[in-house]
Amino acid sequence: MIPLSAYVALSAILFMTGLIGVLIRRNFIVVLMSVEIMLNAANINLVAFSHYLNSMAGQMSALFIIAVAAAEAAIGLAIIIVIFRGKMATNVDQINILKW
Amino acid sequence: MWLLFIYFATVSVVAGVLTVSLRNAVHCALALLTLLFHIAGLFVMLNAEFLAAVQIIVYAGAILILYLFVLMLMNLKTEEQHLHKKHSYLLFAGMGLLAELLILLMLSPYGGRMGSATPEVVLTTGPSHAVGITMFSDYLLLFEIVGVFLLGAVIGAIVLAKTPAKTENQEPANFPTP
Amino acid sequence: MFELLVLLIPLFPLLAVLANGLYGSRYSHELAGRLACGSVGLSFLCTLGVFTSVLANPEPREVIAYSWIFGGNLSINLAFLIDPLTTIMLLVVTGVGFLIHVYSVGYMHGEEGFTRFFTYMNLFMVSMLLLVMGANYVVLFIGWEGVGLCSYLLIGYYYEKISAGKAATKAFVVNRIGDAGFLIAIFLIFSQFGSLDYSTVLSQASSLSTEMATAITICLLIGAFGKSAQLPLHTWLPDAMEGPTPVSALIHAATMVTAGVYMVVRNHALFDMAPIALTTVGIIGGLTALFAATIGLVQNDIKRVLAYSTVSQLGYMFLACGVGAYTAAIFHLVTHAFFKALLFLSAGAVIHSLSGEQDIRKMGGLHNKIPTTHKVFLVGTLAIAGIPPLAGFWSKDEIMAHAFVYGYYHLYALAAIGAFLTSFYMFRLTYLTFYGQSRVDPPVAKHIHESPSMMMRPLLILAGLAAVGGFLGVPPEHGWFQGFLHDVATPLGSETHEVGIGMLLGLMGVAVAIALGGWGLAHYMYSIRPQMANEWAEKSPQVYSTLLNKYYVDEFYDRFIVEPFKKLGMLWDWFDQHILDRFVNGVGKWTDISAAGITWTEKHVIYAGLNVVGYGNHLLAWSWRKLQSGMVHHYAAILIIGLAILIHLVVLWFTGSSLANSSMY
Repeated sequence: MIPLSAYVALSAILFMTGLIGVLIRRNFIVVLMSVEIMLNAANINLVAFSHYLNSMAGQMSALFIIAVAAAEAAIGLAIIIVIFRGKMATNVDQINILKW
Repeated sequence: MWLLFIYFATVSVVAGVLTVSLRNAVHCALALLTLLFHIAGLFVMLNAEFLAAVQIIVYAGAILILYLFVLMLMNLKTEEQHLHKKHSYLLFAGMGLLAELLILLMLSPYGGRMGSATPEVVLTTGPSHAVGITMFSDYLLLFEIVGVFLLGAVIGAIVLAKTPAKTENQEPANFPTP
Repeated sequence: MFELLVLLIPLFPLLAVLANGLYGSRYSHELAGRLACGSVGLSFLCTLGVFTSVLANPEPREVIAYSWIFGGNLSINLAFLIDPLTTIMLLVVTGVGFLIHVYSVGYMHGEEGFTRFFTYMNLFMVSMLLLVMGANYVVLFIGWEGVGLCSYLLIGYYYEKISAGKAATKAFVVNRIGDAGFLIAIFLIFSQFGSLDYSTVLSQASSLSTEMATAITICLLIGAFGKSAQLPLHTWLPDAMEGPTPVSALIHAATMVTAGVYMVVRNHALFDMAPIALTTVGIIGGLTALFAATIGLVQNDIKRVLAYSTVSQLGYMFLACGVGAYTAAIFHLVTHAFFKALLFLSAGAVIHSLSGEQDIRKMGGLHNKIPTTHKVFLVGTLAIAGIPPLAGFWSKDEIMAHAFVYGYYHLYALAAIGAFLTSFYMFRLTYLTFYGQSRVDPPVAKHIHESPSMMMRPLLILAGLAAVGGFLGVPPEHGWFQGFLHDVATPLGSETHEVGIGMLLGLMGVAVAIALGGWGLAHYMYSIRPQMANEWAEKSPQVYSTLLNKYYVDEFYDRFIVEPFKKLGMLWDWFDQHILDRFVNGVGKWTDISAAGITWTEKHVIYAGLNVVGYGNHLLAWSWRKLQSGMVHHYAAILIIGLAILIHLVVLWFTGSSLANSSMY
């Protein structure tokens, strides 16, 4: 039997990888992809716990998370397109119109 | 058993690292694809076959394709700098945080209420059946809400990405340059 | 009643002082003069009242005016002691003082400082009365200092004359030297007896050791010599003639200078315990008598001759004290007051009639031009020369007889020679002033006139007193005067030498012979052969110039005492200028530097600090501003940092020590 902590550790590593990606990358789309990695890591965690606690709640949550991820990806990419139309750039540090 | 796990886990981690570090964005997408597949495999090992299937169909088959479409629309040039200028600070900070997180996780006790869906029960009823029964009885409200949510997302995406209607003497929105 | 009279005696002149001093400029000179003379006259009447009371009851009585200092075992009151000695002094001071005040109204007529003069004169009267009436050394000293002050004020009355100012300062300074000795004596008395009252001190005088008595009395003598112008502190009296003539009469003939004699007689109990002091008194008195007489031989200023004669006569009084004849000393004091005041006032009349001329070489032949003045002056000269039956004879003879009888032959010799010289120079003065060829300047000679009656009447009264006043002390040693003073002025343990009538008459005869001899010589030298004096002067020029220059005593003092003190003063001035002032300037510079330092600190430290605070705030704001970069991934990073911190907090808070009890499975 594979201990639960292995899955949790794996989930943690993947999460941190995704987090680092969010912080490091300049390309906005890759940042969004890193967010996807984080979500997947959360999924692994949930499903592992669902399995070891003999409950279906984890799988349910994972399902919903996949749905939400889809929606979020769509919206994010739409925003990228809007920005791309205006500035012809997708680098994160070139988009600073939130500064007053 | 262990062998499978090690394979899936290692490849997942490697794919994840590649995703965040490759220069070309399309290569990153491909790495992400690999990651998704192997996570689906992990799901199978955890007796969540339905979820594995959903993962592949929705995540890898729709969301990733969407990313690829947008990437191709961007027509990006491969730039010299794909990471931030001060990325090393953040990298090391992230590594430190990871180590700390791992230690914390390893040291903390795991506990929780044991449910009633043992793997034998799931196998008997079939995984998709189990999921369906749980969703439409205990999580019905959430299901509906997620449906509305997805509707909102779709409408939002359409509104955002619409080509603005051309009016007289209107130029495309000019973002003020700092 | 008695107490009231006693208190009124000094009070009247005091009131006159206050009135004339504070408000004198608002009323006429006539009124001021009347106030002044009237106050002294009223004091004289009170004195007569006191006199009658003392005649009835000669016991010493104390009148306390004011309880001044009392605390612990020290008690000093403003108190007056009335006994026969005090009464005699009071009569002299108020009586002669009144006559001189009246004379001054005429003499100072037309002077601008008329009121000031009388204010000072009355102030002098107050001080002198305090002096003679005091019941303890403190009141005595107050009066002592007061008369010194008034002497200064009155000698320097003509303050525009530099010589007058100098003379006044000289008088005050020399007096002060005496006062220093007097103060030491007071301190010693207090340390010995614990009290300063006459009654305590004098009754316990016999408890003193000889050394302590000598110390105290020598110090007292220093004070007496300063006040009464004996050797070596005599230099101020001749120069004091710069003051107006009435001042010379009152202060430097009749009253102030006799304060020393009074003080010695009052303290005779102490002097009797110290034979050395008595000897000193006698010798100094005798030497002074001779010394001053020799100087008076050749002086050419009428007032100066009289001044030296005063010094000489004071020497007689001290001589009398030295041989134990205290009563004789007081008797001579009284007669001297009469005839010396008379001589000074008539000299003033002469000067007045000659419109200010004081040099006797420019006088002469006045006896028929100012006959009354001449007559009174002659009476005074006869009295001072010791021609019987005028007053001076009786008192001088008594002193000389006492000296001879008690065995002080050296003092007798000094007194005799002094008497001869006194007679000689007084008659010289008379001849040169009133007789012979007139040497008066022609413009002055036109205005020679007799003095007004306001001035002449006191002269006449004084002449009468000089003539008959001596009979108070007749017969010698047993007259009314001696009896009156017997209890207070007899030396302790004195043997009364009963003198045979033959010895008495013999001594009297010797005295008369001396006086007539002096007159004869003067008559010969100045009336019959006037050029004889000049021949003698040319024959021995050194002697003549020495005498003329007062034995160069003033020059000696100047060189050996005044100059070193001046140099010391200049040294202190140098010190003050170069060291103290530099120090003060340095302190000022320090203030300057520290002020500059503070300014610098304020600018560079405080303001800089404030600026730093502002700048720091600026920096802080700039660093916070960077948060709002507008770049999304920065926000994401901050988000994640915040999340990490939150998770840590939650984990550590909720699980806490259960981290230790972990179970890995």
